Amino acid sequence: MSISRRQRTRAIRGGQYAVLVVVLLVVALAADWGEIRRAFFDVEVAKAQFPDIITTALLNTVVYTLLGFGFGLAAGLLLALMRLSRVPPYRWLAIAYIEFFRGIPALLVFIALGFGVPLAFQVALNQYVTVMLALGLVGAAYMAETIRAGIQAVPKGQMEAARSLGMSQSRAMVSIIIPQALRIVLPPLTNELILLTKDSSLVYLLGLSLSQYELAKFGRDALNQNRSLTPILIAGLCYLIITLPLGHLVRRLEARTAKAR
Amino acid sequence: MKAVSAAGDAEAVSGPAIDVRGLRKSFGTLEVLAGIDFSVARGEVVCVIGPSGSGKSTLLRCVNLLEEPTSGTVTVAGTEVTDPDVDIDKVRRRIGMVFQSFNLFPHLTVLENLTLPQRRVLGRDRAEAAGIARERLARVGLTDKESAYPAQLSGGQQQRVAIARALAMDPELMLFDEPTSALDPELVGDVLAVMRSLADEGMTMLVVTHEMSFAREVADRVVFMDGGVIVEEGAPEQVIGAPRHARTRSFLARLLTPATADLTEAAEAADGAGKRSGPV
Ligand SMILES: Nc1ncnc2c1ncn2[C@@H]1O[C@H](COP(=O)(O)OP(=O)(O)O)[C@@H](O)[C@H]1O
Ligand SMILES: [Mg+2]
Repeated sequence: MSISRRQRTRAIRGGQYAVLVVVLLVVALAADWGEIRRAFFDVEVAKAQFPDIITTALLNTVVYTLLGFGFGLAAGLLLALMRLSRVPPYRWLAIAYIEFFRGIPALLVFIALGFGVPLAFQVALNQYVTVMLALGLVGAAYMAETIRAGIQAVPKGQMEAARSLGMSQSRAMVSIIIPQALRIVLPPLTNELILLTKDSSLVYLLGLSLSQYELAKFGRDALNQNRSLTPILIAGLCYLIITLPLGHLVRRLEARTAKAR
Repeated sequence: MKAVSAAGDAEAVSGPAIDVRGLRKSFGTLEVLAGIDFSVARGEVVCVIGPSGSGKSTLLRCVNLLEEPTSGTVTVAGTEVTDPDVDIDKVRRRIGMVFQSFNLFPHLTVLENLTLPQRRVLGRDRAEAAGIARERLARVGLTDKESAYPAQLSGGQQQRVAIARALAMDPELMLFDEPTSALDPELVGDVLAVMRSLADEGMTMLVVTHEMSFAREVADRVVFMDGGVIVEEGAPEQVIGAPRHARTRSFLARLLTPATADLTEAAEAADGAGKRSGPV
């Protein structure tokens, strides 16, 4: 007895659907829906999170992310220029920095800055400075490599045209090369912004006052108070409010770049 | 028989626009320029012709030091640019350069392409720079394109903007490196017309080109290069019309009738052969 290829494909697909239906049935029957609803979708608990989860937590997440991104972008640009410098020690320093900070967990940087520096130097850094440094130092390492690639992607003729008009090397860099490089790396830089948004949750490690809570810390606190996962779910949705549009933006920017080529 | 004043900078005032002596240039072990001597007088239009790879671009790029000569001297309007103590940025702003690939700044509008270098290099204020930019754009016939971005223009329009950008710096001389080789044939004429009018106004021009009709009609002198040396130079009717050297003759034969020559060689000899407007 022989069956055709099409029959076989149909049989396999039918089997896959059957498995899915069985699994869904088992989950639906076995799960305690009342319990699950109480844990994840407790309406009273959900209501109690507003408006603070937006006006404090979401806002702080955005502020921390932008602080880290701004510092990281500036430092990353500097590192990229050092990486391309004709002076070897600058190149070595930049490479060492980039490899170091890309190779260690961001968590370690937060611990070092949040607890290590105050203990070792007997100074209390401003919370915002700590957050800016902790997020920015790691972000800078990644952004440096991205920006370097962008600078190298600007056609050689651009520098030659600028120099032939009498611009100095540094003037040409600032006015002609870097603006074009940043345009080229806009999509990957936006991706970096998404990563930083999520990494900003590490701030919860630092002992923050109530008004400084960002989404993750806020959610964790509310979880303890209410013994419900609902605040965590809402915090997650708040992250998505930031990251999904940014992700969409990245895809549109990439499409635009692809079309311009 | 030029009158030489008693002033110390008489040389700078009356000397040649470009003077090249014993110029050599090597890339690693490859010697691209093997001893070049020539000069361009003020107001003179000199066309450089020759097969691909003969060192024409390198020669041009040595004049404004985009390439560092291995040995020899280059003097531009009395300033020895190969002197290590010379501020090369100051020299370059006096020399306009037009590239085969236009090299407009794509992130700036046409007007900004013309005003940014004026403001950053010459220190002109915004209004003055814009005024000069508009005058130069009018000269190349692109007044209506000042707020366009380079990508919105045809190749011929881009190249005319590039010429206007160089002119906005009030250069004493202009270098052109195959300015029409990247253009569709129907766009070549507009660019050549602009160059022709520049020549008529007395601009000193050193032009690398495969446009034999342009060389014939506009050039005061034609230089034929091959293998990193100047093989022959002279009036266009002599070098193009009655070449003395066999190498010149075979180059011109291949350029004018690429179909009869070895195909790969012809394509190489004249990267713009298919795009030239043809001999008149
Ligand atoms: N930056 C460079 N590095 C190495 N070789 C080069 C470089 N620029 C030009 N050359 C070589 O020098 C030779 C002459 O080039 P070029 O001056 O561009 O010739 P042409 O303009 O007459 O076609 C070619 O063989 C080319 O490959
Ligand atoms: Mg060339």
